[in-house]
Amino acid sequence: MHNPQLNAQGQLMHLLSIEGLPREVIVHILDTASSFLKVSTREVKKVPLLRGKSVFNVFFENSTRTRTTFEIAAKRLSADVINLDVTRSSTAKGETLLDTVDNLVAMHADMFVVRHAASGAPHLIADHLRRLGRRDVHVVNAGDGRHAHPTQGLLDMYTIRHFKKDFTNLVVAIVGDILHSRVARSDIHALTTLGAAEVRAVGPQTLLPAAIGKLGVRVFHDLRQGLSDCDVVIMLRLQNERMNGALLPSAREYFQCYGLTPETLALARPDAIVMHPGPMNRGVEIDSDVADGKQAVILPQVTFGIAVRMAVMGILAGN
Amino acid sequence: MNSKPATHPELPDAEAQCVELAALIRQQLHPDTLLVGVHSGGAWVARRLHQLLDLPGEIGLIDVSFHRDDYGARGLHPRVRPSSIPFDVEGRPLILVDDVVYTGRTTRAAINELFDYGRPASIQLAVLADRGRRQLPICADFCPWYVNLDPALELVLSTDAEGRLRWSVEAHA
Repeated sequence: MHNPQLNAQGQLMHLLSIEGLPREVIVHILDTASSFLKVSTREVKKVPLLRGKSVFNVFFENSTRTRTTFEIAAKRLSADVINLDVTRSSTAKGETLLDTVDNLVAMHADMFVVRHAASGAPHLIADHLRRLGRRDVHVVNAGDGRHAHPTQGLLDMYTIRHFKKDFTNLVVAIVGDILHSRVARSDIHALTTLGAAEVRAVGPQTLLPAAIGKLGVRVFHDLRQGLSDCDVVIMLRLQNERMNGALLPSAREYFQCYGLTPETLALARPDAIVMHPGPMNRGVEIDSDVADGKQAVILPQVTFGIAVRMAVMGILAGN
Repeated sequence: MNSKPATHPELPDAEAQCVELAALIRQQLHPDTLLVGVHSGGAWVARRLHQLLDLPGEIGLIDVSFHRDDYGARGLHPRVRPSSIPFDVEGRPLILVDDVVYTGRTTRAAINELFDYGRPASIQLAVLADRGRRQLPICADFCPWYVNLDPALELVLSTDAEGRLRWSVEAHA
């Protein structure tokens, strides 16, 4: 099958999704990230790899956190970073997505970091660049709709590998709003590719996609059963806007049933780690005692995220 | 180097060369000197020198992949190893250790990277082999072996099953 992310030599040209990414490409990104991790602790937190390159952060959906981490990563590679708040400018004036891209290519962009509410938008841009014959311009998906958030998936894998070393015996529970979560999809594909022993999807029926079992996960509607003897707990953010619909009765009831507390965490293995992609809703999906507890690795995730994004951009710009 | 480049050079014992190189360095060794090996050949040589010269502390290791000037043409090296400089380089005399100096481009990249950690008092270069044909104004301060090798060939330092360093000559990939 044609994989739009890879060139004929199997090298990474765009990062659109973890789905379909060969294991060796994922491992190469994680290995490269470990070298970049040290760069951020030096006196000069910069390497000249992307000197003279222009990285455009094109965010059609707001996300200050993700945009900032990409900006830091690109700057530590010495790239020039241009942030475009397209929701307030061109798109608001009626310009199409591909016209925006053509304009930025005419400004000699070397890389696009794209966040879009529509699933598939980064793929559309990559396909457009291919038709233009612009193999020198690369696309990184920074989150598209409910589809994928590959750099979050990769930084989650980096975090798990850092603390657990090996995936083969791991039981990983992903808890919360999996229906709307692109992070969950990216994590599931990555964990399956890296050979995790068991991936669990834990959440209320209304927040789990009907065919989730097809992704090779075990489904649990009971948090206690879902957490039992697991090695890694990935909590997902419960988006406040979901409360307005018919999916959930209330934040308080959700916390009662699916909130991670010291008591429910005690059902996991004693050395289990707790992850969260941020921003956290304390008292909704996670208790403060857990979020600040010694099993939480939420802040290391942030640090690793910079190194992983540096690795992705460093590999892409060289291919 | 006026003679014709060799295609089958006689390869010296790399372990004995480390002893020779240590003897060259010892004559001018400053007690504060820190060694920094360039991955991977230079790292092995730096470990040997560290032991032979009986230096305290640890050696530094650098991977120049993020500083190379051929990144635009060749992309990122598939196996980048973390640089690790476990000491403050500020004001210290450093000896950069590599297995081979050739075009000088790796040395240039390594010097650039070292300055990202601070401002050393000085940097000297120690290598086991000097192949000549420099493309930059760089020269080794300590070197036991000058070899004029056919540019189509690569001079490779590796470790054998017993962990001993040995030279081999390979055609460029």
